[in-house]
Amino acid sequence: MATKEIKVALLGNPNTGKTSVFNALTGLNQKVGNYPGITVEKKIGFCKLGNGTTAKILDLPGTYSLNTTSLDESIAVEILLNKKGEYFPDVAIVVAEVENLKRNLLLFSQIKDLGIPTVLVINMADRMQKNGISLDVESLSKELGTKVILSSVRNNSGISEIKQSIEDIDAISTDSFLDITEVSPEYFERLKKLFPQEDPYKLWLVTTQDVNFTEIDKNQQAQVNDITTTVDLRRYQHKETVLRYKKINASLKKAYLKDPTKATSLKAKIDSVLTHKVWGYLIFFAILFLIFQVIYDWSNYPMDLIDGFFASASNWVSKTLPSGMFTNLIAEGILAGIGGIVIFIPQIAFLFLFISILEESGYMSRVVFLMDKLMRPFGLSGKSVVPLMSGTACAIPAIMASRTIENWKERLITILVIPFTTCSARLPVYLIIISIVIPEGSFMFISYQAFTLMALYILGFGVSILSAWILHKILKIKTKSFFVMEMPGYKMPQAKNVGITVLEKTKSFVFGAGKIILAISVILWFLGSYGLSEDFKNAEKNVDEKIASNGFSDFNKTFISSNIQNYELSLRDSVRTKVYHINNQDIQDSLAIKRNDLIAVAKEDELAGYKLEHSFMGQMGKAFEPLVKPLGYDWKIGIAVLASFAAREVFVGTLATIYSVGSGGEEEETIKERLAAEVHPSTQKPVFNFASGISILLFYAFAMQCMSTLAIVKRETNTWKWPMLQLAIMTGFAYLVALIAYQFLK
Amino acid sequence: MVTTAANLRKGQKGIITEFPNEGFPLKLMEMGCLPGNTVELVQVAPFNDPIYINVGDSHIAIRRSLAETIVLELIED
Repeated sequence: MATKEIKVALLGNPNTGKTSVFNALTGLNQKVGNYPGITVEKKIGFCKLGNGTTAKILDLPGTYSLNTTSLDESIAVEILLNKKGEYFPDVAIVVAEVENLKRNLLLFSQIKDLGIPTVLVINMADRMQKNGISLDVESLSKELGTKVILSSVRNNSGISEIKQSIEDIDAISTDSFLDITEVSPEYFERLKKLFPQEDPYKLWLVTTQDVNFTEIDKNQQAQVNDITTTVDLRRYQHKETVLRYKKINASLKKAYLKDPTKATSLKAKIDSVLTHKVWGYLIFFAILFLIFQVIYDWSNYPMDLIDGFFASASNWVSKTLPSGMFTNLIAEGILAGIGGIVIFIPQIAFLFLFISILEESGYMSRVVFLMDKLMRPFGLSGKSVVPLMSGTACAIPAIMASRTIENWKERLITILVIPFTTCSARLPVYLIIISIVIPEGSFMFISYQAFTLMALYILGFGVSILSAWILHKILKIKTKSFFVMEMPGYKMPQAKNVGITVLEKTKSFVFGAGKIILAISVILWFLGSYGLSEDFKNAEKNVDEKIASNGFSDFNKTFISSNIQNYELSLRDSVRTKVYHINNQDIQDSLAIKRNDLIAVAKEDELAGYKLEHSFMGQMGKAFEPLVKPLGYDWKIGIAVLASFAAREVFVGTLATIYSVGSGGEEEETIKERLAAEVHPSTQKPVFNFASGISILLFYAFAMQCMSTLAIVKRETNTWKWPMLQLAIMTGFAYLVALIAYQFLK
Repeated sequence: MVTTAANLRKGQKGIITEFPNEGFPLKLMEMGCLPGNTVELVQVAPFNDPIYINVGDSHIAIRRSLAETIVLELIED
């Protein structure tokens, strides 16, 4: 039997628990992507119904009405107007919230007027009693002329009824709620003359909205514009809203009762603390601090496990598989590269966990409210705070989150300064450099390393605010728009929603970034393993000659002698304690064997180092070195910095690739230990010292090294001008700051 | 007494009479800020701006400059 598919569109105001309903209906059976050509997130889920039918549920962005003010909202309108479109629904489900039912019905009434069968789901029924609300579902259903379902995702009630209603769509009336011609009979008479075939409400939406898709072509639309003025149109829109509310009030009169004395006293009490002029800010900063402490401390355990796992996996591959180019590619190119990204999953997951809890609980809106006045002198809005905070996860969703800012100038400035905030791709770089150059230990419970990390976050935020202020003074853009934001009720975050968000975001980060990292790792491995120069071809001969005439490098000399010393000590210890029964000659013999082993290791290391230096990559790095030398970097770091312009998180993977090529020893070494042991060939001082470490940290804090961000900025601002300016100015600034820091500290 | 939403004190209420501003945002009306509805000032942010009102079922934060364009008849307690 062929399965039947019913297309369902899920709509609703923000903060109605629409996503919870979506998750309850589809579970993990979801696909997240983008609509073609734009960056609005597209979520589709599937849900099995009775008798072999499947519901294909499209979760549309939250919106207050079909009169759109943002790109996200206009997606909903475009899909609902395009009858021939791929996503045009067979049935619309409007999710409303029981406390704000009246306002939620406005959107419901508009969708119903499109002639689409529309089911009303009234969610959060568990909050009715506490808020003194009584609701007569049957009478409301009669008044609205549709199926009404009372649900509570929290208590798992109403979900099966929603599924049932999708199966029974044929039973739902498609009568309109409001006769739109009531708004202005005369105007709609004229419209009808122009387009006798069209439905008046759809015509009306097309005329008042700036949506891309219409069945009416541009010439005809110009005719529509001729018959009225924009001032009149706006007046009609106001009138439409008033009329809709009149009808909604009439429908609710009998069915919906709210006891005003039981209303939101708890909410008011929490609000007065969370938005208090002292407590409000204290609580906000305490939460921020907690987040950083947790990201740093708790992530350590899983990260150590992952690090060890990849090191031994790489070791296992090179020992088990027959040696050759393919094995090297897997062990040194692919596994090293993947290890460099997988290791940061714990931190990214923790960060998304906190952000999604703060959003779900309703606290984020209070942060916006608290910060708006403070942000305005910098040309930002309180709504910039959420994008700037999400920027600590990734600049891409953060730039998209700035769409909620109504004012174009405030929005542009927010977009331009977001890349300064510390995104999770910088975290790998920060963590590894901090762990090498900042000493362990702590001052009054705060470890130096955690403090450095927090300082870097504050620095990123500070520079973004400062550059916002400069942009605010420079940019001459006049806009007229208004700050309007709902303050939702407080809710206990639901584990399932938070879990799905964390999973989704981590997955998209790992796979999105993973592809680039893997490709770059393989390219780097190739560039590092092959070369065309004479020196590369005669590497073995040259290294042998060098060792014969000059001996080993100082680093390898100490490496050999210290290892031999330790070995001899432990050997003699064992003899003294009667573990081994051997004479002095035997000891000398085993020492000689050990020495030969160590010499072989050292020779292999020097050979690998020599090869790398004369490979394609070495030659590129050498060419690039004069540019990065003043910052305290050698050519290897230079390569990693160069590769990072594709994406910052490539840095650690690149170093891992470069150095696993450089480490021919049998002992497995983790990335961190390998980097810490690296010394300058000429001076024999550590490459990663305090001065060069700080210089790297500062360079990564400020430079614009992310192709995906540049692409998103281009898309959101519709010009290459802004992303190119970001690239030039941020990177120039980063170079300057890193230069000054290194020259002062060295 | 005629005043605007910007002049309310915490807990004070008024009934919306008109929006003299031609370009009053439709979105705010759609959220329930309509003539005839009651506005209550719930909270004022630190530094006196924005303000947080309860109107027609919605809890909304708006800036003081926009609140000045909402004309009210004050409800005396």
